[in-house]
Formats: sequence, structure tokens, C-alpha cells
Amino acid sequence: MKEKNWFQTLIIFIVLFAVYGVVQLGISENLISDYYQTNIFLAGINIILAATLNLINGFTGHLSLGHAGFMAVGAYTSVVVTMKLGYPFPLAVLAGMVFAAVVGFIIGLPTLRLRGDYLAIATLGFGEIIRVILVNVEYLGGATGILGIPRLVNWTWLFWGTVLTLVLIRNFVRSSHGRACLAIRENEIAAEMMGVNSTYYKVLAFVLGAAGAGFAGSLYAHYFYVIQPSKFSFLLSFDILVMVMVGGLGSLTGSCVGALLLTVLSALLQNFPEFRMVLYAVMLIISAIYRPQGLFGDKEISAQLLSRWGGIFRATSRSE
Amino acid sequence: MQEFFQQLLNGLSLGSIYALIAVGYTMVYGIIQLINFAHGDVLMVGAYVGLGMALAGFGLVPSILVAMLVCAVLGVVLERVAYRPLRNASRLAALTSAIGASLFLEYGMMAVFSPRTRSYPVLLPDKIYNFYGIRIATKDFLILGTTLVLVVFLQYIVYRTKTGKAMRAVSFDKDAARLMGINVDSTIAVTFALGSALAAAAGVLIGIYFNAVYPLMGLMPGLKAFVAAVLGGIGNIPGAMVGGILLGMTEALVSGYGGSMFRDAVAFAILILILLVKPTGLLGTRVEEKV
Repeated sequence: MKEKNWFQTLIIFIVLFAVYGVVQLGISENLISDYYQTNIFLAGINIILAATLNLINGFTGHLSLGHAGFMAVGAYTSVVVTMKLGYPFPLAVLAGMVFAAVVGFIIGLPTLRLRGDYLAIATLGFGEIIRVILVNVEYLGGATGILGIPRLVNWTWLFWGTVLTLVLIRNFVRSSHGRACLAIRENEIAAEMMGVNSTYYKVLAFVLGAAGAGFAGSLYAHYFYVIQPSKFSFLLSFDILVMVMVGGLGSLTGSCVGALLLTVLSALLQNFPEFRMVLYAVMLIISAIYRPQGLFGDKEISAQLLSRWGGIFRATSRSE
Repeated sequence: MQEFFQQLLNGLSLGSIYALIAVGYTMVYGIIQLINFAHGDVLMVGAYVGLGMALAGFGLVPSILVAMLVCAVLGVVLERVAYRPLRNASRLAALTSAIGASLFLEYGMMAVFSPRTRSYPVLLPDKIYNFYGIRIATKDFLILGTTLVLVVFLQYIVYRTKTGKAMRAVSFDKDAARLMGINVDSTIAVTFALGSALAAAAGVLIGIYFNAVYPLMGLMPGLKAFVAAVLGGIGNIPGAMVGGILLGMTEALVSGYGGSMFRDAVAFAILILILLVKPTGLLGTRVEEKV
């Protein structure tokens, strides 16, 4: 058994390096056009956003509608650190994450202490407030935002950043802390009976999710040259929510699939923004009614699953 | 001092609009324990219907009444399509569906009528009365008058009619109400209809007050009205009114004394404060947890 796990890990690493290498080669040899490059980067950032939101919505079971707001906090903080203060990029990423986490704590603690849906409203409000503040603060460029941000994010940063986020979330969910979060999702009162400090774990998951959004924000800012308050409106939060809902509450691979799907959809429907949102709205309602657990539910596409499918395949081919 | 009373009056107008919206929120929350995210968007639809009526040459009162009627129907349809199938589903699924409904109304409206901001034609003589130095516009009278009439009407329905009794019974205990022969589904539908009608009236009033009608106009008033409902104690109708007026006044005072940039932030600061200090709200009662 142990040997098999080791073998699977090796295969996962080979696949990861292969994906990384192929895209890296495509970018450096100019085989991938700018349009596709932009969408590949957007997909990566969307995966980080969806996975971190899934930590809050899917694994802990509390609805957050302000993910774009935390992303904005991370983006602006990191840009201030690199452009105005002149520190190196890794430090900026760290600062963006820490600041987003602090803001998440300030919002999360009072609202998550209680049962009920206060978090949804508070985060929705926060997302709008942060935008209003950014528009009004001259130091941060007001409504035009900050232009001419150096492009410090390359494929290496993005790819391994995404992988690292996914691995960290997976490990968190499988740790005792993650189990506590799952228990809260399933039944908060029963979890408390079992001695789980529900406020602590809810706030912990929320703060981690906010930090992840801050990470995505700082990557975004340092790839796309420009950040504007209007970019981080609640529409983006809803986009991320749809990714999580469609992919599956509590499934990381589901979030990846959802993020990829929505990135492609957004790219295709770029010229019809209203219809895109109407479509998303209908997708949300239908998925809530008919498949509230999303496409994947809380199932993961894992190496084990694939090898099991492979086993079935081998078994059937042998019987023939 | 005069300035202070002036702001207080502005706050009273704004606050009574919030109160109208908050009552709808609180009624729906009281009966099915769900935040009706689409409530603010029903308000927006009401504003559009009222605008259409006004542009077609109807007066103020028919415009408001038709908007209320249309939105009452809209509220029932929303409940039927997006909320009823999820009544026994998980909370997260129900909330997601509510958000979907909200997005659908916002962007459906945008797709049909474009995101352009429209304004109401002149429905009222725009006269300003001077009362010991405090300026009161006709629209302030309109808002206060409409709110008062609607609130009295609502009190009558909830506390003096059989339907109202059924609503209170369902919000108290759904299963027991069903055993007593109350049709729970239709009672919930009536609650949605009433709340949405109030939101529509508020929508027309907001359209006239700020002279702007656009597809996302319901978002902020909706959020603030929710804060007002929490401030007063969610599920509690008089609480929602008190909360709405308090919130409106606070906001007017803050923006009147130089903090207009933060006027939208005030509501959320209040929300966080009230959740920290007294989560049941000013007039709310403590609810024991049931397993």
C-alpha cells in the first residue's frame, strides 16, 4: 500500500512537471498567442480563487460573497509594496495575504460568532464598501486605479502558486482542523457537542480563504499591469461563487473544473456581459435546486479514483 | 442646531424608505428563515414599473399601486420558482438560489432595458416649505405619507385579519400550523406578495427621491434594509421600522457632517457593532437553539 502511494505521488509529479514544461515551452517559443496566454493566467488565478472560496463555502458551509473584495485588498496592498515602497515581489505577496487575512478576521469574527447567514450580508456589503473606498482614496489612484504595474508574475509563479494553494488546502482539509470544519458544515450543534470550538474553526477557515484571495489578487495585479476598483466588483465575487457551486461544494478538483469551465465561458461570452450574468444566474438556481452539491459533490478526481477506473477497465478487458 | 434638525428630517425620509424595505425582509425571514437576496431587486423592478406607468401619463397614485401589484405577483413567482423547491434543502443551497434569483433580475433587466440610468418625470409640484428654517420638500411629505399609510395597512393585515393570524402562526411553528389546518404554502406566498408590494412602493419612492432608476439600484438599499432589519431584531416588524428610521438618520447625520464618502460604510459598521454587542437586535427576543 505504502509503495503504491509513493508511486502515485511520483506520477502526479511527472504530470505536473509535464504540464508546466509544455506550457512554459509554448510561452517561451511563442507558440501560444497572447490571447490564450491571458486566458491561461486567468484560469490559474480563478482556480486559486475558487479553491480558497471552496474552503469557506464548501468545506465549512458558510456563504461568503466578498471574495473579490479580499482579492482587491491583496492586489492593492501588494502593488503599494512593490511600486510605492519598492520592496521585492515575494514580500509584496506576503503583505497582500497578511492584510487580506487581517481584514477577513475583522469581518469574520463578529459575523461568524453567530449562527445564521450574517456572513453573507456582511461580506456582500464589505465587497461594495472596499470598492467605494478604493474609488475615493487618491493615493490608490481613485477610479482609474493604478496603471503601469511591472509584470513580475510569470508562468512559474502562477503554476506553482496554484499547485501550492491546492496542496495546502487539501492538506488542511485532511488535517484535524479540516475535519473540524467539515463537522461544522454537517451539523454545527453536533460538532460543538463533540468539543469542536466552532467559532474558532469558522473564523480560521474564513481567514485562510481571505488570505488565499489576497494571494490571487497580488498575482493578478502583477500580471495584468492594471488594477481598477471596478474590476473587483461583486460581479467577480459571483463569478467565483458560480465556479464553486458548479464544480462542487467541498471538492477541490471540482473547483478546478468549475474555474476552467467558467474561464472558457467568460472568454466566449465576453461581448455579451449581461447575458453571461443571466446565464450564470440560471445556472446557480438550477444547480441549487437539482444538484446542490455541484457537478462533483464532494468527490475528488484523485489518483486512487483513476487507478480504480483503470482497474475496472482492465477487469472488463480481461473478461472479454 | 437648525442644520442638525434638517439632517434629522432628511434621515427620517430616507429611513422610512429603508423601513418599508426592511419590513419585507423581516417578514420573509420571520416565516422561512431565509434572507431574500432578491428583495432589493424586486424594489428595482417596482421602480421600473412605476417609471413605465408615469411615462405612460398616469399619476403618482396609480403608478405606485400598479408597481405594487406587479411586484406582488413577481414575489409570488419568485417564491414558487426559486425558493419553494428548496424549502427543505440545505441553507447554503437556498441562499445560492436566492442569489441566483437576484442576479437574474438585475442582469435580465440590464439585458432588456440597458444599464442606462433613467429618471422620473415630474409627478409632484416641486415645492419647498420652510418650517422654522427647516426645508421640507413635497417629496418628503410624499415619502412619509406613503410609508405611514402602508405601515398602518400592514399592521391591520398582520394583526387583524385571518391571513395575518395564519402568517404569525406559520412563523411561530410551521408544523404545528399545518396541523391546525393552515395552508402553509399559500401563507408563505402571501407573505412574499406583501413584502414585495412594500418593496415596490419603496422602489418608486427611491426613484423619485434620488431621481435615478437603473438595474442595480436595489443593491445598496436592499443591503442597508437588511442591516436595518437586523438592527431592529430580525423577524420583528416594529423592529424593522425602528431600525430603518434609526439607520436613515444615522446615515443622514454622518453624510451631513462631512462624511458623505462613508455614508455607505455606516450601515455595515452598524451591522458589525450590533452583531458584536446585541445580536438579537434592539427589539428582538432571544431564540433558544433547538437541536
